[in-house]
Amino acid sequence: MPNRKISSVIAMLAGIGVVLWPGLAAAQDTLSGGDTAWILTSTALVLFMTLPGLALFYGGLVRASSVLSVLMHCFAICCLVSVLWLVAGYSLAFSDGGFANPIIGGLDKAFFAGIGTDAMFGTIPEGVFFMFQMTFAIITPALIVGAYPERVKFSAVLFFSAIWLFVVYVPVTHWVWGGGWLADMGVRDFAGGIVVHVTAGVSALVFAAILGGRRGFPDQVRPPHNPGITMMGAAMLWVGWFGFNAGSALAADGNAGMAMLVTHISAATASLSWATVEWIKFGKPSLIGIVTGMVAGLATITPASGFVGPVGALIIGAVAGIVCQWMTTWIKQTIRIDDSLDVFAVHGVGGILGTLMLSFLALESFQGLGLAEGMSVGDHLFVQVVGIVSVAIWSALASYIIIKLASVLFGLRVSDEDEIEGLDITAHGERSYDL
Amino acid sequence: MKMVMAVIKPHKLDAVREALTGIGIDGMTVTEVRGYGRQKGHTEIYRGAEYAVNFLPKVKIEIAIGDDLVERAVEAIQGAAHTGKIGDGKVFVYDMGRAVRIRTGETGDEAL
Repeated sequence: MPNRKISSVIAMLAGIGVVLWPGLAAAQDTLSGGDTAWILTSTALVLFMTLPGLALFYGGLVRASSVLSVLMHCFAICCLVSVLWLVAGYSLAFSDGGFANPIIGGLDKAFFAGIGTDAMFGTIPEGVFFMFQMTFAIITPALIVGAYPERVKFSAVLFFSAIWLFVVYVPVTHWVWGGGWLADMGVRDFAGGIVVHVTAGVSALVFAAILGGRRGFPDQVRPPHNPGITMMGAAMLWVGWFGFNAGSALAADGNAGMAMLVTHISAATASLSWATVEWIKFGKPSLIGIVTGMVAGLATITPASGFVGPVGALIIGAVAGIVCQWMTTWIKQTIRIDDSLDVFAVHGVGGILGTLMLSFLALESFQGLGLAEGMSVGDHLFVQVVGIVSVAIWSALASYIIIKLASVLFGLRVSDEDEIEGLDITAHGERSYDL
Repeated sequence: MKMVMAVIKPHKLDAVREALTGIGIDGMTVTEVRGYGRQKGHTEIYRGAEYAVNFLPKVKIEIAIGDDLVERAVEAIQGAAHTGKIGDGKVFVYDMGRAVRIRTGETGDEAL
């Protein structure tokens, strides 16, 4: 690509310029070893969130005869999305779509065509950016695994995840981060409150509603079989989230450092607020409660992590642990949708909350990093609402159609007999425990 | 010869074992079981949702002993496994027709 070559030459000349005249500003396409090292590290951290973090977090929450199927769903989605990301996912999300660019990118970079090792994305190699973004594309459909465990067909999981990646994840990523229409409007989503958590949360709710609940839902389902591995998975999510949020600065700088700080504070605060409410309400603070609060705090700070300060993080965390907890009860017991592992209540609601709250918590009076130039809190709030509502509607509509399609092609649900026996043996021929 | 079978709370196993050893009973078979009686299971709360757990973890102890030891064995078990709360368990005693020590071929009281 001639453009790339020219820019490489300019970058090289600029590099020489910097050496010869240290006062000269570096050109944009100069590689930063520090930034590159941090994003390589962040990429590994975010992959670690899915494998094994999220897989274990979810695995402990299901019954003993379906734990392997949940681990299998997360693992298989990781592999499937990786391949699809190379084929066209990355290109459609992050390349220029010409006249269609407000909606979707182009196919110029399908199969990573014409990019190579010299291409740059800001101060990091484009290959590193490709990998970093791929780990986000992996975890998002993997989050939806929590909507359908113990009863879904494996073929339906694969079909849904593959189509969903292209119809929901990729376009929304392009809208928000790839120069699409929401980016043009000035929507703020630092690390994926809309792109990851709203898309996955809303789609999970739709999937669970169409699929129907586990046998015996709501009062005769089996409790989580192993809170211990849920805690281990949650702890890995916490660590991995440093890569998710602080990596989204795409640089090893003060913004990344502050993102890490607020991420940690929000997680800790939400854990405490969730467990405290439980303690007051039910008399016992539970391990599953405190770690679920942590995930809620992390999901909620995600969109805000590059815009708010420590006090904002305290507020976000405290609110997340209370509101998300209330939503789990509301979804399962009031509207009675068996979003089994609370993907919508924890991730979807958290993503929405954080996306809204950053509008005013970015104010310097809350220690925030400031509003966008020429925008008021009201302007921000309006754009954020437009972002949330449009993405939620698109996610729900597209998921509905994909799920109906999967239902016709493969069927969504296993037989009652297989569900009672457990998916580990009936779908994968394996056993986790001798019972 | 009698078979004494007791179902007790798991955390009382050590106390029961010590009490039985104290009256000269040197062998027993222990199994982890699940069940319920008047206690009728309990509920657990996860993320605000109540789950009914019908079968609770219990420990089943089986001892084969001569008739002369039965009364003291039952007393020892009852004394050691007692908390006074619902769910303490039960002791059952039944006649045993035959016993054989596999290693030596001894039978009856000799085999116990």
